[in-house]
Amino acid sequence: MSTFAMPSLGADMKSAVLMEWKVKEGDRVSKGDVIAEVETSKGVIEIEIFEDGIVEKILVPEESEAKVGTPLAIIRGLDEGIAAQEPAGSDVAAKTSEAEPPSTPLQPVSDEPIEPKRVKSSPLARKKAKELGIELSSLSKDDKAVHLAQVESKKISSTTAMGGMRQAIAKAMSRSNAEIPHYYLSTAINMTLALHWLEERNQERTIEDRILPAALLIRAVVLALQEVPQLNGFWMDDDLHMSEAINPGIAISLRKEGLVTPAILNAEQMDIDTTMRSLSDLIIRTRSGKLRSSEITQQTITITNLGDLGVESVYGVIYPPQVALVGFGRIMDAPWADGDSLSVRKVMQATLSGDHRATDGRTGGQFLNKLDQILQTPEELL
Amino acid sequence: MSEIITYREAIRAAIQEAMKSDERVFLMGEDVGRYGGSYAVSMGLLEQFGSERIIDTPLSESGFTGAGIGAAINGMRPIVEIMTVNFSFLALDQIINNAATMLYMSGGQFNVPVVIRMATGGGNQLGSQHSHSLEGWYAHITGLKILTPATVQDAYDMLGLALKDPDPVLIFEHALLYNNKGELDKQAVPIPIGKASVRRMGKDITIITYGISLFKSLEAAEILSKEGIEAEVIDLRSLRPMDDETIINSVRKTHRILIVDEGWKSGGISAEIMARINELAFYELDAPMQRVCSVEVPFPYAHHLEQAVLPQVEKIVAAGHKLMEEL
Amino acid sequence: MQIDIKQARSYYRQMLLIRRFEEKCMELYGYELIRGFLHLYIGEEAIAVGVMDAADAADAVITTYRDHGQALARGIEPKAIMAELFGKLEGCSRGRGGSMHLFDAKTRFYGGIAIVAGGLPIALGMALADKMMKRDRVTICFFGEGAVAEGEFHESLNLAVLWKLPVLFVCENNLYAMGTALECSESEQNIAKKASAYNISATQVDGMDVFAVAKSAKDAIAQIKKNNSPVFIECLTYRFRAHSMFDAELYRDKAEVENWKQKDPLIVLKKKLEATASGSQLGEDELEKEIALVIEEAVEFAKNGTLESVADLEKFVYSPKVQQ
Repeated sequence: MSTFAMPSLGADMKSAVLMEWKVKEGDRVSKGDVIAEVETSKGVIEIEIFEDGIVEKILVPEESEAKVGTPLAIIRGLDEGIAAQEPAGSDVAAKTSEAEPPSTPLQPVSDEPIEPKRVKSSPLARKKAKELGIELSSLSKDDKAVHLAQVESKKISSTTAMGGMRQAIAKAMSRSNAEIPHYYLSTAINMTLALHWLEERNQERTIEDRILPAALLIRAVVLALQEVPQLNGFWMDDDLHMSEAINPGIAISLRKEGLVTPAILNAEQMDIDTTMRSLSDLIIRTRSGKLRSSEITQQTITITNLGDLGVESVYGVIYPPQVALVGFGRIMDAPWADGDSLSVRKVMQATLSGDHRATDGRTGGQFLNKLDQILQTPEELL
Repeated sequence: MSEIITYREAIRAAIQEAMKSDERVFLMGEDVGRYGGSYAVSMGLLEQFGSERIIDTPLSESGFTGAGIGAAINGMRPIVEIMTVNFSFLALDQIINNAATMLYMSGGQFNVPVVIRMATGGGNQLGSQHSHSLEGWYAHITGLKILTPATVQDAYDMLGLALKDPDPVLIFEHALLYNNKGELDKQAVPIPIGKASVRRMGKDITIITYGISLFKSLEAAEILSKEGIEAEVIDLRSLRPMDDETIINSVRKTHRILIVDEGWKSGGISAEIMARINELAFYELDAPMQRVCSVEVPFPYAHHLEQAVLPQVEKIVAAGHKLMEEL
Repeated sequence: MQIDIKQARSYYRQMLLIRRFEEKCMELYGYELIRGFLHLYIGEEAIAVGVMDAADAADAVITTYRDHGQALARGIEPKAIMAELFGKLEGCSRGRGGSMHLFDAKTRFYGGIAIVAGGLPIALGMALADKMMKRDRVTICFFGEGAVAEGEFHESLNLAVLWKLPVLFVCENNLYAMGTALECSESEQNIAKKASAYNISATQVDGMDVFAVAKSAKDAIAQIKKNNSPVFIECLTYRFRAHSMFDAELYRDKAEVENWKQKDPLIVLKKKLEATASGSQLGEDELEKEIALVIEEAVEFAKNGTLESVADLEKFVYSPKVQQ
């Protein structure tokens, strides 16, 4: 037997509301299964189980708040005996026998369609829920009428998910600025070849399969990090812990407000197509608030691409405990000296923000050089 | 400059000032002269203004109320005092069929600037024929204006405003208010007829009331406040026209409504207020509206029974709890 | 008896106008051009005409739902009355009142009160105002004998005397309160006698004789002004037509009606003139023609009148706002 507890999904997460169980008692679960959705200050997040087993008992009902570490469910290992075989007289055994279905059905079988139950609510709650696109039934409890406060709290959790997110960002950034001695390096990269290569590759593909420059840049960063692994990892306990997995956190802006940097996990194991698919999936799930806990906790480096906004170069602030952030600016037409000749090329500023405690400018320089090199030999990106 | 006087004195002062400044103003009613008014409002006015302008009438409510209406049509500004609202029913023909309709059915030719004052309400152990609060019932009648002063300032201001009004105005003075003391600033700019007053600001619930129930509501609001419930208290002041705007603004603010009225619930002004909120702000409501009204019995004589009939502070507090309990 | 032929002709003309006007109303009612209640005054014309002859322009008149006769005799334009019956904006009450509620500020005509005895207290107040403001005016208050059964009648007579108010009470005793005969409703059927219990000067007069009514009214008004007290006249009369349009008249004999028609005020006046050999000077045909034109003109006016905009429906529930 083991307990599945409310995980900490971030340093600043104290508690979360268990919104929905994805499993019920008796269900078999495997490591990595999403078993519940919790609502945090960063939005609704799916939480995963980290072992195989059977859901013995759910301890926390839906829509209740639980502090980090609170046991949410009891998981029985696959090799453990079933509860009914436990010593007679135990609570669990008693409950199980009670839970047995009665021998005759209590409900007469009827052909009549069952009317969907009308949710009781105040007129104001109904109106507000409609405006916000919130299902009243999701707020209804014990047949009591839903009031404005419940709708508002639901709204607040999504808008202060924004507000809260700003706060979370602010917190992380202040901490970063206070703790991390940043250094910044920048280099102009000629993207002409890489874009040309991408264009050719895309001509062979269906529209859905096309690769965006963003994926190309992620793939390039991953490859460069394999050469310069000191930038991929964490600064913890006054020491650099390099990570084998490369989990680049991709800065994704939400529609309303806020920015999240969920990770493409194990990007080092992906080719460019998989990277592209992972990126698309991540963006969709980010914007619908369906991120997995590991994706928002296990970033090893952050990539910020502000090219869409027309920014030329990005001097980002590192998310602790990461040790580096790669920023990409806009790809623009610019004069480019190639030996003696001057021509117009597609040029992009790549920037590295590094944690001086973990690495120095030399490592950073190596990384940017490697990045440039890779982008000049795009075939290697596959 | 303000002074502390009683509600009774405020009305008397308003009558005196109106009579001094406008020769068209006169007072008529049962025992308003020699007796000094059954609630002593007009005490001393006969000596001051003489029997031609302070007119004692026989017990002919229809006759003298109609005479007030006729005098108003013919250029005067009469104040008709009816001893109590129950007696006014003897004059209903004049008030409803004549005063309220004359301007309309004459196609705008004859307005009726009469002021009819009467005592209303229970609490004095006067039994079933002297205690009812029927101002809400009069508020049903279009063509009339129905004022319900609660404060000393309003008691003074409303009489002056009513006399300046071109149309029939009925003023309901709660019999238990006459001895109430309060501040009167004669120089203050009066709040116009038809405007409600927010007597207490609050964010959680709105108590809509008028007349003597205002004071019970304010007391209840203080108790609720200690429990963390902030009640906004609206004094309607005028039941017709009713200040929908002030009511609805408060509904939009608190979303929880309690109406306190000494009238009965059935077909009463409390029902009317609920209906208006329903029509104008249904989607602002976050809880079923509540009412604290008089129990639907004719008023009993025995003190404890009468008190059980009337809205009380505890009942208002309980209704406040009920409004909040579902949160 | 000396008769002023000019005066007689004027009375006759006014009574004939009322008669022909109301006959036209009946016809138009049948065409559904006039609706609602329509109470005809036919048979009682001598009262309105006689009393109005005694009234001064400054005096006020208040009457009942059977008010066409008083309105015409008071001088409200026939076309304004007809337009009112048509529900038109040009009507004397903007089409808001109808047959029972004729009003006219110019002639100080205060309705048209359709609650039996409801006008009496109003008349007191009007007179009280005049008295307080020391205006030398009289308020003339018409009502039927049915009003005598109402409390307001008694309250008003008492107050008028008590307060010495300049009111001329004119009781049009046509013997029937709708379908209830006086003998079925009153313990004392002599109304003047009953009124005198209030210490008011009260007399009975032949309501079918315009000269008698006019004289009585003139005397009364003089008395009111002289004594600063009200006077009561009971005019004995009869309505020739039904109470309202939809009335089978089950409550009275046709013979009784026919009998009263012998005392038709138009006939009574003509007979008086003939007795003094002035009958030929009445110019009856000429008057008929002239009145026919007046009525035709009134009907045309009413037909061409304007229907008030429904947008103004709520106008005059209260006085229009005036700048303070």
